[in-house]
Formats: sequence, C-alpha cells, structure tokens
Amino acid sequence: MLYSTAGMEASTYTSAGSAIAVRRVRATDIPQVVALDERVTGLAKPDYWQDALSRYGGRRLHDRVFLVAERRGPKSNSTIVGFIIGEVRAWEFGSAPCGWILALSVEPRARLAGVGQSLFKAIAAEFKEAGVNKMRTMVARDNRLHLMFFRSEGMMAGPYLQLEKELD
Amino acid sequence: MKLRGCAEMKLQISSQIAVFALLELAGVPERQLAVAEIGEKYGVSSHHLAKVMQVLARAGLVRSVRGAGGGFAFCGNPRRTTLLDVIRLFEDFGSADSRLEKWEATAEGRALHEILTEIDDITGATLGSITLATMCKLVGRRRAYAGQASAVSH
Repeated sequence: MLYSTAGMEASTYTSAGSAIAVRRVRATDIPQVVALDERVTGLAKPDYWQDALSRYGGRRLHDRVFLVAERRGPKSNSTIVGFIIGEVRAWEFGSAPCGWILALSVEPRARLAGVGQSLFKAIAAEFKEAGVNKMRTMVARDNRLHLMFFRSEGMMAGPYLQLEKELD
Repeated sequence: MKLRGCAEMKLQISSQIAVFALLELAGVPERQLAVAEIGEKYGVSSHHLAKVMQVLARAGLVRSVRGAGGGFAFCGNPRRTTLLDVIRLFEDFGSADSRLEKWEATAEGRALHEILTEIDDITGATLGSITLATMCKLVGRRRAYAGQASAVSH
C-alpha cells in the first residue's frame, strides 16, 4: 500500500473492491467530517472542526497532520469514511519528541474494512517523515473499540500514567 | 522498577492454560490439536487440560473434532475475543465489591478500596483490550526477536 506524505496529494489502495484514498484534509471536507463525527459521537461540533482544520490542516504541516480516508464512488463522487489527527510534540511531560494521535474516527458502516488501519499507517509514515520514531495516544478506559484497535496495531502501555482531580 | 515482593499480576493456572491453548489453535486457522499435544508443550496434564477445553467449548470458543487426527479446533472470533473474556471463564476477576463490604467500616478501608479498585480498572481495561488476534501478533513478534537474537549469537 502507498500513502500520502507531507505536502503530497493522495495515494490510493484498494480494499474489498473499493478504492480508498488517504490524503491531507481540505476545507471542503469539513462538512463531511462534522457529519461523520456527529454520527459517531451524537454531537455536532462544526466550530471545533473548523478550528481543527486551521490548526492541523493549515499551518506547521511538517509536524501537524490531519488526514482523511476517502472512498471514491463510480461517478467521481467521494465520501469521507474516516479521519485521523496528530501532531509531533516535544518535551511536554518530559517526553522526547513523539507523534501524538489526537483523534481517530471511522464511519461505522465502513468498519472492519481496513480504513482505520490505513489511517494509522499513513500517520505513522507522516510522523517518521517528521523525524520521530515513536507515537502515542490516549484512550478512555471504557472505550474498548479504540483500545482493541490500537492494541491490534502494536501499541502497548507507555511509561506515563494520566492523573486528574476534580476542582473544588 | 518492581517493588520488593511485588510480582506481575497472577492468573490462575486454568486461565493460563486456556490462553495458551487458544493461542495454539487460533494462531493457525483450521488447525486441530489433541489435548496431549498442547499439554506436552506447556507441561500440563491431559486431565487438567481436558477440563479447561470443556469450559472453552461451552463458551463457544473451541469445538471438539472426532476421528483420527481429531482433537480441538478454534471456532471463535479471534478479533473480538479478549484475554478478559477468557480469564472470566475461570476466575472472578476484579472482586472489588466483595472487598468493600469488609472494609467499608473505616475511612482507611475505604481509601485502600479506592486504590485497589483503580488498579482493577486499569487491569481490566488492559486485559479487555487485547484480543487473541493481537496476542498472536505479539507471539509472532517475540518469535521474530528470538530468531534474530539466535542468528546474531551464531
């Protein structure tokens, strides 16, 4: 499989007979990203995704990544079936430069078809291109779907524990 | 770092045997293995293993295959069966609720209960996130590392 790299347009691969392309996000994708996120989370957040576009899809593209997985239809129409966002962060929490996966979502009807895996591999390639050799994410303990996915991609528990406190 | 006297989480022998047997069977689709073959590899009696396999069969994870070359075959979904699913067939994982009854009389007991529950939650999330398919990948990686190390030492 081939994937896009920073600054390049889409590379494609074929999965279960349908062409899926993983590429950098475009402004015109945001309505579909908002709709996909709403289908998955039950909450529409158009302002948040517009802001995410400017933060991760508009500047510092060498260390910020916002990728979408696009299924191309027979009449050159396309559907966004997943997206992933990440960023190379350095020295926070005492951590050496590392790629963080900040968001991942796959269209429920398109799951188990390799979309998440393609997005994961594509962002790993982007992080390598950016010069880091480790990536990290944070998942809610009760989110078995995401935990199982990241585990299946070889992610293991890291050296940090997340702590929090209710404010009085 | 390990605290003195603190080892990794302990699993009951039946749980360990069940995981090993499932990895043997799920790792190679359509594979059939006799109880004695699995038992020999892990140093477990056929009697004990047979009991474990009965539990796995009742849970729909393996089926017995009769006739020459028979034994057991995997029939579950390796991408959806987690270590927690398997372990829960053999032991009462995360018995925080029963502990609470004993300790709720004191603030110290409740505080300790809170910490132990936190540990149980993390352990449960870990075991519940690792499928048999993921374990098979881990086993493959360990074999590859061992192969590389062996090649270097020669």
